[in-house]
Amino acid sequence: MDPQEYQQLEQQITPPTPYVKNVLKAFLVGGIICTIGQAITYFFIIFFDFTDKTAGNATVATMVFISMLLTGFGLYRKLGQFAGAGSAVPVTGFGNAVISAAIEYRTEGLVLGVGSNMFKLAGSVILFGVGSAFFIALIKLILVSVGVLEW
Amino acid sequence: MLFLNFLIAFIVGGLICVIGQLIMDVGKMTPGHTLSILVVAGAILDGLGFYEPLIDFAGAGATIPITSFGNSLTHGALAEAEKHGWVGVLTGMFEVTSSGISAAIVFGFIAALIFKPKGKAN
Repeated sequence: MDPQEYQQLEQQITPPTPYVKNVLKAFLVGGIICTIGQAITYFFIIFFDFTDKTAGNATVATMVFISMLLTGFGLYRKLGQFAGAGSAVPVTGFGNAVISAAIEYRTEGLVLGVGSNMFKLAGSVILFGVGSAFFIALIKLILVSVGVLEW
Repeated sequence: MLFLNFLIAFIVGGLICVIGQLIMDVGKMTPGHTLSILVVAGAILDGLGFYEPLIDFAGAGATIPITSFGNSLTHGALAEAEKHGWVGVLTGMFEVTSSGISAAIVFGFIAALIFKPKGKAN
């Protein structure tokens, strides 16, 4: 069997990706997680005197805390199998990536296990976030310096 | 009015997750690639000045998805760059976004101490 035939055969056998179903599940679960986030935001604004702007940070921290509980009891993985991007894209997914790695490598010790592997999955998000933020801020600074843009 | 805000958060947050799902399914990307793309997209949107209006409109629908991570990194860098110039680009970056990372580190450490691993990837 030549490689082309093999590829054709592989395509025939692999079940087709259920695009619509995946999208609906991601929409539903992602939307629900953000709705919970909205409720927590209001909670901080009403009971703890946060403003619209500052409540976002407190909400993110709370969501990561919830993510810790779900991850620790093995529930977030089940949610992820159902929801795909719906549970990966919200900040709870970022928390899950860090926390699950921390738990998984506990057996290798706190320094070499937990410390070194915590950002194994989430590190790329931080790298590309910081990297892109740096270059965007730099570009804008240059554009402002030469007078093309204003702050 | 309150109900409407919840509905908007649901729809906008859900749509951002749909974009992520499409990048994974149609673009055949791994979750790691997908999240990196979304973070960069959030940073670019903030550089163009589009992300803050989205947060004003959608609330948690825009602050909870990982795109807001790129947004707040860029936002901190831009705010400090405006005040202090070149140095500010570096010093301002984590000013706004610290809560997500510090929460993940602290709770990750606590979780490692109290939870037992349940096989591959909790």
